[in-house]
Amino acid sequence: MGIDSSKRLMLTGNKAAAWGARLAQVEYVPAFPITPQTEIVETLAKWFADGTLKGKFTNMDSEHSMFMAAGAGAATGVRVFTASSSQGILHGMESIYTIAGWRTPMVVVNVSRALATPITLEPDHNDIMSVRDCGFIQLHAETCQEIFDFILIGYKVAEDPFVCLPVLVNMDGFYLSFTREPVLIPNEQKIKKFLPEFKTSQPVFKASQPMARASAVFGGSTYTYFKIQQDLANRQAEEVFLKTSKEFEKHFGRFYDVVEKFNMEGAEFVFVMSNSFSTKGKDAVLKLRRQGIKAGLLKLRLFRPFPATAIADALCGHDNVAIIDQNLAPGMGGITYPEIVASLYDRKNRPQNILSVIGGLGGKDITEGDFLSIIEKLKSSETKQPFYLFGKKDEENFERLQHLAISNKEAFQS
Amino acid sequence: MTTLETHYKKIKDLHHEEAVAPGTGLCAGCGGLEGLRLGLKELGNDVLICNAAGCFTLLSVYPFTPLKGSWLYTTMGGPVPAAQGVRDALDIQLSRKTLTEDDNLSIVVVAGDGSSNDIGLGATSAALHRKLDFIYFCYDNEAYGNTGFQLSASSPYGSSTQTTPSVKFHPVGAELNKKNLFDIWRAQEPTYIATVSPREPIDLSNKFAKAKNLVGPRMFICMSPCPTGWGFNPKDTQLIAKLAVDTGIFPIKEYFEGKVIHTKQPRRRLPVEKFLETQKRFSHLFEPERKSDVIEQIQKTVDKYWEPYE
Repeated sequence: MGIDSSKRLMLTGNKAAAWGARLAQVEYVPAFPITPQTEIVETLAKWFADGTLKGKFTNMDSEHSMFMAAGAGAATGVRVFTASSSQGILHGMESIYTIAGWRTPMVVVNVSRALATPITLEPDHNDIMSVRDCGFIQLHAETCQEIFDFILIGYKVAEDPFVCLPVLVNMDGFYLSFTREPVLIPNEQKIKKFLPEFKTSQPVFKASQPMARASAVFGGSTYTYFKIQQDLANRQAEEVFLKTSKEFEKHFGRFYDVVEKFNMEGAEFVFVMSNSFSTKGKDAVLKLRRQGIKAGLLKLRLFRPFPATAIADALCGHDNVAIIDQNLAPGMGGITYPEIVASLYDRKNRPQNILSVIGGLGGKDITEGDFLSIIEKLKSSETKQPFYLFGKKDEENFERLQHLAISNKEAFQS
Repeated sequence: MTTLETHYKKIKDLHHEEAVAPGTGLCAGCGGLEGLRLGLKELGNDVLICNAAGCFTLLSVYPFTPLKGSWLYTTMGGPVPAAQGVRDALDIQLSRKTLTEDDNLSIVVVAGDGSSNDIGLGATSAALHRKLDFIYFCYDNEAYGNTGFQLSASSPYGSSTQTTPSVKFHPVGAELNKKNLFDIWRAQEPTYIATVSPREPIDLSNKFAKAKNLVGPRMFICMSPCPTGWGFNPKDTQLIAKLAVDTGIFPIKEYFEGKVIHTKQPRRRLPVEKFLETQKRFSHLFEPERKSDVIEQIQKTVDKYWEPYE
């Protein structure tokens, strides 16, 4: 037992990720820059160059190549780390699906950034949601400490013989990637006791062990067999995560459940959120409670595998739930909303009033006033879904943009 | 005339041991497979093949493999970065002494001309820039063969493919010239490049024997007659491969230490139509009437290529 009293550093989210990789003793980092992730690979490049990290840092030519090299490296028996974001995730998508099927353990950090078009640098979650079905495990971080801790926990989960899958740790671009927070960094020896040097639990490429990997299959039955294997391994990761989390607590004094419940006792209004904006949500909950409004928050942490039971257990018994998606599937709405609703379907005491909220797109803030308007919306009888978060100032901006479009059109026609 | 080290002089000298077992899912008479079979005899069993989507993906269909070495199917554009990942991981373990030299592998990329010229070329160029230590084997059947023979950047002028059929307004078929993959590679100064033909097994084997002991990027472009795509009887593969060399359409050469040398220069080139007339993909050049201008154009291109060497 014993809470670690080793160093406390002021780190940005990106630096916390680099420290996580460093203390996980990663051996191989194929890298490609993309804002707002670049600081991670820059930091690691320096550590490999000055000998702090032993192994190899390879500058790759694209995310498609980077993820491919990462998977191939992991299939050859070294501990691999890499990071990406946004368009990089999309460009690497084919490789991401491919290496998930290779069942190669590794940790990848995604620094969330909205997707084009329009092109922007600021965050939302469409990038991380785009890889929700690829077979990677996903952990969503609220703080810099969580980023650091999730990387250590992530390797242990990824390398578990019952899992053998890549783990994606997600953080918000800018809001977390460039925000300094105090991060407890345990000493190296202590970390090595929790996460020893990499020893593969599966066969890897070497001359004395010839094997064919990722061979083609024909007939739906064999394909189905492999996909069910992937599904079972991914589902198994929930239990492995909890087990690892308990072990992590023993070493370092911090425990992470698959979801986090914040002021959920007696909460009449619950916000479901993820990543760094949860901090804003928690702040709003405290203020609302002081005003006598019984608010609470459920933070999603382990997103794949999807902890449906834990989510349903946490939400049942609460009347009003607002699921805040910082993503948008045009023509459908929020992406986590239907997944959460589905997890509640067979519960008798499920919440009666569930609101889908879309906010925080492309770096747009979610303000105190937004949380109040969500409460008002939940109280009202209006059922129109989803509820888009924008205020007076945004409306003025939207109007200005429309005028711009109209005047352009007139100029074009004249 | 050649600086090629001659390990072998006769067919009898070649390795007797096979590295590719018979009974694969590839077409009968596949010229590329014969090239790979001969090449792998030289390279031995301590290899890992990183494969791109294409005909040769059918070599390993779960749960079977005809190979004595290892295999990793990747994606159509990803075999070279996968080779980078494996090479890096092996080097890391060798330097840490967690892997013995006995357990080291040669990394071989096996990709078709579509992957090599089109979708995978960017990633390949990057690996050449990084001086990745690997061998690239491109089986060149001059089209996207596995999907039913559509135009690739390697399809020659005048050939008919599914996406460049010879029709009234486009009688030629493919109107573009074949991309020069050899020179594209050469521009990045790799360690070694060779073109090989399954019809020239001694030349092919000597080139693999030489490349095997070199370090850095090494490329083999293998002329791969394709019975299904080119339209000929599988028993004629060797004949057609021979005609490709004898007409000068497919020059057998190598690039090493800054120099290009033709290792099998035809003494007296046969007219190109001797090659063209054997295949259905060129039949529109002869029927219903002879397209002399197109045949002449093809002959001119070949003549121009050989002019400095004859």
